[in-house]
Amino acid sequence: MHPAFSVIFLTTLIGAGQGLFLALYTGQVYAFFHLLPQADGRFYAIGSLIALLLLIGGLVASFFHLGHPERAWRSAAKWRTSWLSREVIVLPAFMGVVFLFGVAHSLGWHAALVTFGTLTLDATMVLGVLGTVLCFALFICTAMIYACLKFLQEWHSPLTVVNYLLLGSASGFTLATAYSAYAAPDLVGFYGEWAMVITLLALVTRAASLVRNARLKPKSTLQTAIGVRHGQIVQKSQGFMGGSFNTREFFHGKGAGLLRSVKWVFLALVFVLPMLLLAGGLSFSYGGLLSAAVLVQYIGLLAERWFFFAQANHPQNLYYQTIS
Amino acid sequence: MQQSVSHTENSKDCVEVKNTTCYMCACRCGIRVTVKNGEVRYIEGNPEHPLNQGVICAKGSSGIMKQYSPARLTQPLRRKPGSERGAGEFEPISWEEAFTLMADRLAKIRSTDPKKFALFTGRDQMQALTGLFAKQFGTPNYAAHGGFCSVNMAAGMIYTIGGSFWEFGGPDLDRAKLFVMIGTAEDHHSNPMKIALSKFKRNGGRFVSINPVRTGYSAIADEWVPIRPGTDGALLLALIHEIIRLGLYDRDFLVQYSNSAELVNLDEKSSEFGMFVRTEVPEEEGCFDPQNKLWWDRVSNKPVVTHSEGADPFLRGEFKLKDGTPVKPSFQLLQERVEDYTPEWAEGITGISAETIRRLAHEMGVTARDQKIELPIAWTDTWGKEHETVTGNPVAFHAMRGLAAHSNGFHTIRAMSILMSLLGTIDRPGGFRHKAPFPRPIPPCAKTPKGPEGVQPNTPLGGMALGWPAEPDDLFVDENGEPVRLDKAFSWEYPLAVHGLMHNAITNAWRGDPYSIDTMLIFMANMAWNSSMNTVQVRDMLKDKREDGEYKIPFLIVCDAFQSEMTAFADLVLPDTTYLERHDVMSMLDRPISEFDGPVDSVRIPVVPPTGECKPFQEVLIELGSRLKLPVFVNPDGSRKYRDYPDFITNYETEPGSGIGFLAGWRGKGGEKFMRGEPNPRQWEMYAKNNCVYQYHLPRSYQYMRNWNQGYLEWAQRHRLTRYAEPINIHIYSEVLQKFRLAAQGKTDGRQPPERLRKRIETYFDPLPFYYEPLEVQLSDNAKYPLNAVTQRPMAMYHSWDSQNAWLRQIHAHNYLFVNPVTAQTQGIADGDWIWVESMHGKVRCMCRYTEALEPGTVWTWNAIGKAKGAWNLALEANESEKGFLLNHLISEELPANRDGDHLSNSDPVTGQAAWYDVKVKIYKAAEGEPEQTSPQFEPVPAAPGTNKVRRAWQAFFAGKGEWK
Amino acid sequence: MTQLALVIDLNVCVGCHACVTSCKEWNTSGSAGAMSDDRPYGADPTGTFFNRVQTFEVGSFPNTETVHFPKSCLHCEEPPCVPVCPTGASYKRKEDGIVLVDYDKCIGCKYCSWACPYGVREIDEHQKVMKKCTLCVDRIYDQSLPEAERKPACVLACPTSARLFGDVHDSESVVSVAIRESGGYALMPEWGTKPANHYLPRRKTQIRIHADELMRADNPLKKERLLPQPDKSEPSLDDVTSW
Ligand SMILES: Nc1nc2c(c(=O)[nH]1)N[C@H]1C(S)=C(S)[C@@H](COP(=O)(O)OP(=O)(O)OC[C@H]3O[C@@H](n4cnc5c(=O)[nH]c(N)nc54)[C@H](O)[C@@H]3O)O[C@H]1N2
Ligand SMILES: Nc1nc2c(c(=O)[nH]1)N[C@H]1C(S)=C(S)[C@@H](COP(=O)(O)OP(=O)(O)OC[C@H]3O[C@@H](n4cnc5c(=O)[nH]c(N)nc54)[C@H](O)[C@@H]3O)O[C@H]1N2
Ligand code: SF4
Ligand code: SF4
Ligand code: SF4
Ligand code: SF4
Ligand code: SF4
Ligand SMILES: [Mo]
Repeated sequence: MHPAFSVIFLTTLIGAGQGLFLALYTGQVYAFFHLLPQADGRFYAIGSLIALLLLIGGLVASFFHLGHPERAWRSAAKWRTSWLSREVIVLPAFMGVVFLFGVAHSLGWHAALVTFGTLTLDATMVLGVLGTVLCFALFICTAMIYACLKFLQEWHSPLTVVNYLLLGSASGFTLATAYSAYAAPDLVGFYGEWAMVITLLALVTRAASLVRNARLKPKSTLQTAIGVRHGQIVQKSQGFMGGSFNTREFFHGKGAGLLRSVKWVFLALVFVLPMLLLAGGLSFSYGGLLSAAVLVQYIGLLAERWFFFAQANHPQNLYYQTIS
Repeated sequence: MQQSVSHTENSKDCVEVKNTTCYMCACRCGIRVTVKNGEVRYIEGNPEHPLNQGVICAKGSSGIMKQYSPARLTQPLRRKPGSERGAGEFEPISWEEAFTLMADRLAKIRSTDPKKFALFTGRDQMQALTGLFAKQFGTPNYAAHGGFCSVNMAAGMIYTIGGSFWEFGGPDLDRAKLFVMIGTAEDHHSNPMKIALSKFKRNGGRFVSINPVRTGYSAIADEWVPIRPGTDGALLLALIHEIIRLGLYDRDFLVQYSNSAELVNLDEKSSEFGMFVRTEVPEEEGCFDPQNKLWWDRVSNKPVVTHSEGADPFLRGEFKLKDGTPVKPSFQLLQERVEDYTPEWAEGITGISAETIRRLAHEMGVTARDQKIELPIAWTDTWGKEHETVTGNPVAFHAMRGLAAHSNGFHTIRAMSILMSLLGTIDRPGGFRHKAPFPRPIPPCAKTPKGPEGVQPNTPLGGMALGWPAEPDDLFVDENGEPVRLDKAFSWEYPLAVHGLMHNAITNAWRGDPYSIDTMLIFMANMAWNSSMNTVQVRDMLKDKREDGEYKIPFLIVCDAFQSEMTAFADLVLPDTTYLERHDVMSMLDRPISEFDGPVDSVRIPVVPPTGECKPFQEVLIELGSRLKLPVFVNPDGSRKYRDYPDFITNYETEPGSGIGFLAGWRGKGGEKFMRGEPNPRQWEMYAKNNCVYQYHLPRSYQYMRNWNQGYLEWAQRHRLTRYAEPINIHIYSEVLQKFRLAAQGKTDGRQPPERLRKRIETYFDPLPFYYEPLEVQLSDNAKYPLNAVTQRPMAMYHSWDSQNAWLRQIHAHNYLFVNPVTAQTQGIADGDWIWVESMHGKVRCMCRYTEALEPGTVWTWNAIGKAKGAWNLALEANESEKGFLLNHLISEELPANRDGDHLSNSDPVTGQAAWYDVKVKIYKAAEGEPEQTSPQFEPVPAAPGTNKVRRAWQAFFAGKGEWK
Repeated sequence: MTQLALVIDLNVCVGCHACVTSCKEWNTSGSAGAMSDDRPYGADPTGTFFNRVQTFEVGSFPNTETVHFPKSCLHCEEPPCVPVCPTGASYKRKEDGIVLVDYDKCIGCKYCSWACPYGVREIDEHQKVMKKCTLCVDRIYDQSLPEAERKPACVLACPTSARLFGDVHDSESVVSVAIRESGGYALMPEWGTKPANHYLPRRKTQIRIHADELMRADNPLKKERLLPQPDKSEPSLDDVTSW
């Protein structure tokens, strides 16, 4: 597939936004159970704002993908069948909740709604639960947009969902780590450790999908594509010479060498370097390293997402091999 | 939007549907054009048209993009004073200025030496009018594309069976069981051939294609027989060998309908050596075969006059006449000729295994013999014998330029015609069928003047500019035997050049050999590109100057509808209309669109008005003819006779009162007659009402065996298709050729060839077909240039003129040289590499594409996809000029100097057919660092003034809104 | 239930592209808006088409088959492109099974094209909506056309009549008969899309000639007394029997 920057930014930005929200709320839940000191409302409010900005950034990027952004509202119509439609519904819902979550924190809506012994549930906690549900739903929707296409075999796997979830979370937790270094230094260790754990988990699942994809055997072949049973079939002409939508949209147009390099680059930038930076930042309590981890990991994710698209080999490509 | 179910329902729009005839190629299908608010919106096939029956091809469907192409010329243009020819710098002038310019110049030429005016026309369909104009003007220097196209096919077949493929005849695939297609690419006789092929296959017929390349039509063949180019003669002769050896020929057919059993005089000392023995001098001389030859009767074992009642002649054997003259039936001579042409011999030449050759011969022979068709159609032959049925031997052939465009093509095609005759398939169901006005006598009657006296100032030419020589006396030469025509057609160099040698016209005029001319008018031919061999140098010749600074070809007029490569070299450009803007006729006097079952002709009627100041070339000729007072275009008092072209078509008769005009339909005062009849003032209307076609169905009993069908021949005579109603016997053995050979051998008293050409004539005017290597191959260093290079036309492009078409050029934007991987790999060439292709005449850089569907000793490319920069108003970076290439740069219009002389055309020595496919090449990888661009490149020319402005970044055609998006 | 479709007979398709340009011509000035072309007279011209004809070579010399292969939307019975469309712009009509795009609803997200394994959808780069073969829905029901012409433009154009049109659910339609009798098949059956369009394979006609057919009683060589005869010196039964 041809990696479209709009989609790369969309998925990475909202992933980070989602991850950040999860981080914030995880912190709050820990605090709720008194496992962590309670951070002040500003920490959550500004954190939510950052998450929201990331989500908005993603949304804006997505508009660049549309031929008719002015009609984008129509895309909520088919939520029964289309993961894209579902994403389109869940994303704003989630954004709304993140917004309210931030507002609730900044306005200190801590009036107890329910109390269980020493634990009192306030609006922020309830919104957090709702947000988490939507956040997971959004991860699933986004990932399923790709994972549901069964003939894009590289994508058609639960690993796609797991990866979207873990990679988004990793980037969000890394961001939370850096953020807390400035806003709530007490929480740095907590976030940093989680960030490393999630990044490690993501490495495992992403590597798993790389291994899986490397072993894939394309189900479609030229034989099934044109229905001729013969061992040697070569296309001589695709019917036009100056390219078409089918050659522009589904081919990355880069050599195998570049693809391989991008793979190693993203493995380094998404996983190895951030972990080193996180570990360094935590041990030397140096926020600069943590910020660097965020940046490096995000750049790595751009590469990862580029690779994610480029690696997917669409069966339609069988029909667009040669000009003459 | 998808909800609306009709394009045409919106009543605000003015929507009209008009019938006319397509001209996106020479096939001439009937089309229906929907015009919405004055714009062409949709072009579809006319379901009521006999030729295409509603279907339409890729080109025909893209007519809109031609109509509104950016290359369209819209004003008469004169080369800017002071600018150089070829630079393409023009200024618009008025038609009045253009006409004055032309009329003054041409009047002067006509009153001094009319042959200094040359008129050459390319892939047009109005040779009846252009030929008439030239003849009236008095110049012999007229020809159309035939000489570089497929004259070998026309001549080879017409001199053998009295008809030929394409417009004049074809395979009856409705009834054939076995179809053998030879050397035909993928769009020959486009839609009709495709309709027929598919029906044939669906009826379970077997389709064999003999071609070095497998694309297009060959793709759907049941068997592909890859052959080395130029060697089909060997294959066909071996097939004949096998068929004669096994007795798989149709003996009765040959005896009755060919000269197979006629006795040939073999007395070497006689001036009649190699001629048929004649009983008596016929009462009437004419262009027909008098029935005065002899057979050797099996029953009485005596010579008898042919077709004597009860006689059954020997086809084989050796006899002595009473006077001691040794004679043999011509079939015996054929058998002797092919004796050594065994399948094993042919295998070494063609690359086709002897086993395959034998099998093909068996398939042909057995299918013809055992699957006979008997149609209950009674008919009477010219000897008065009545037949209850018409018999067919269902083996059909079709061949085109793969045979024709070689310098041995004439004999190859004779061999094919003879094979078709041996199988008994001529004008019979399931075999070859004629189309009116064929069959015609062998050869047809039309003749050129016989010498320079035929060309006189202010006088029409004393004969036709193109004709059909039957003997040396018919040649168009001066007292030294040297040519009168500029292209040297009908001279001893190319005696049967029945379509002229347009491909040598520019070179000859440039060199002044045989003489210089003053003005050349080129209509609808891209001679600075596609229809010239040796294109690079021809382009230089066009702008080359004499010592005194005058151009070697002083004045060049080009009539084109588009800014082609040719227009850049014009001194005067005449902007023609497109086919949607003009009247045209597909006349019985030219190449009509007849069907097997009778004559058909057709017309074009404008569906939109001319663009800008475009003027149909027909109108130009009539205007010029009137101004020059050429006899047929003026009244006795010198005043203009025809208002315009439609008026001319309605009222012109070949001779006053002849009743024969350009159109055969709805003649007579009220349109009640056909073929012949007084002019009908409402003739155009009647064509318009009838899908622009006139179709006549012959009575069933006249539809077959027309060479010998008394009813048909008399019908044809009554309707003035032919002069005589005499049988047209198949020339297995060609006396016409023998007459030239006897002259060359000095055995006859008549005209003799110049010494230097005696050997050539003697060799190539063999009365029986024989195989020889193409001339260029004989003269090539075949070790250095081991590969044959050929071209094919793609289905979706017509010659050079469709690169301006925004839709078609997406399909073929540039071309590759196709190479068998085995061949490429020996040169270390990978798929897609930039390579050089080099012949002994030049070299071209292009890209290589692997293909398995190719005989490994051959390379090929699509014809005329490559373009010169700037031509056709394409962007300078267009693929056509950056990556596309023209093979013509590698092909020479002249042979290297050799035994027979210098400056001989690279053509068939019999017919002057351009030998496009004889060229030998080598290929090698382009060096590291060479530009990835085709070579040669040409100086770009600017857009001509007045060419259509179009959107260049992107466009979308939306008819009826009067706009492009 | 009706399912309209094309059946394409590869046995007779010569790869002429008539179906390509006639389709473009019909649809570009149709009610649904023009189909744009980029750089129409420049480098690498490209544009929107609903139908393309491709060429494949099967096997190696000399046993090579050249296969011309036209392809447009196959109007799948289980079209994966439809459910993924977020706006409902892509839809499959109940009444005749045609898969269409409503250009007024389409947001140009291209997602449907990703969901089509066959590469037959093309976004119009300037109208910015997804386009594809409509089965000429604006022709086939047009009552103002004569019945015989209520067929897709490409079907009417095709010179070899390699394109058949009809209802694949009606077992007596031309298309169903062709599929049944000529071994019609679907493309990429592995995805369960159940394309309505089908393809008919190449078939080969052969002639078998038996040795005895080459020499027969009515051989004309007999009349010339040239039928091969054994040499008199060759051994015969006559020489060795003595009763
Ligand atoms: N290498 C190679 N070269 C070949 C051949 C080959 O097989 N190989 N084939 C040869 C053969 S068979 C042929 S017939 C020739 C054809 O060669 P040409 O006769 O030169 O044909 P075109 O290249 O189509 O050029 C015809 C010209 O007519 C113009 N034209 C188109 N429509 C109109 C119109 O309505 N009015 C006027 N006035 N002009 C119009 C076009 O713009 C173009 O300039 O090519 C020959 N050249
Ligand atoms: N679309 C389209 N249709 C056209 C034209 C066009 O330009 N475009 N041009 C029209 C004109 S003017 C003409 S003359 C006709 C020409 O129609 P064709 O004669 O069919 O066309 P060519 O392209 O010359 O193809 C010649 C074929 O002969 C093969 N060949 C070459 N050498 C040999 C050989 O030695 N032996 C054998 N057996 N085969 C050989 C080539 O591979 C090729 O397939 O087409 C007409 N139709
Ligand atoms: S074959 Fe095509 S281009 Fe040629 S006349 Fe027919 S429709 Fe027109
Ligand atoms: S129009 Fe017919 S023959 Fe031509 S490419 Fe299309 S399907 Fe094949
Ligand atoms: S071919 Fe592609 S676009 Fe057409 S219905 Fe099937 S999946 Fe959808
Ligand atoms: S591009 Fe249009 S039709 Fe396709 S999925 Fe998006 S909205 Fe639907
Ligand atoms: S059915 Fe209509 S839209 Fe579809 S390919 Fe044919 S012509 Fe084009
Ligand atoms: Mo030609």
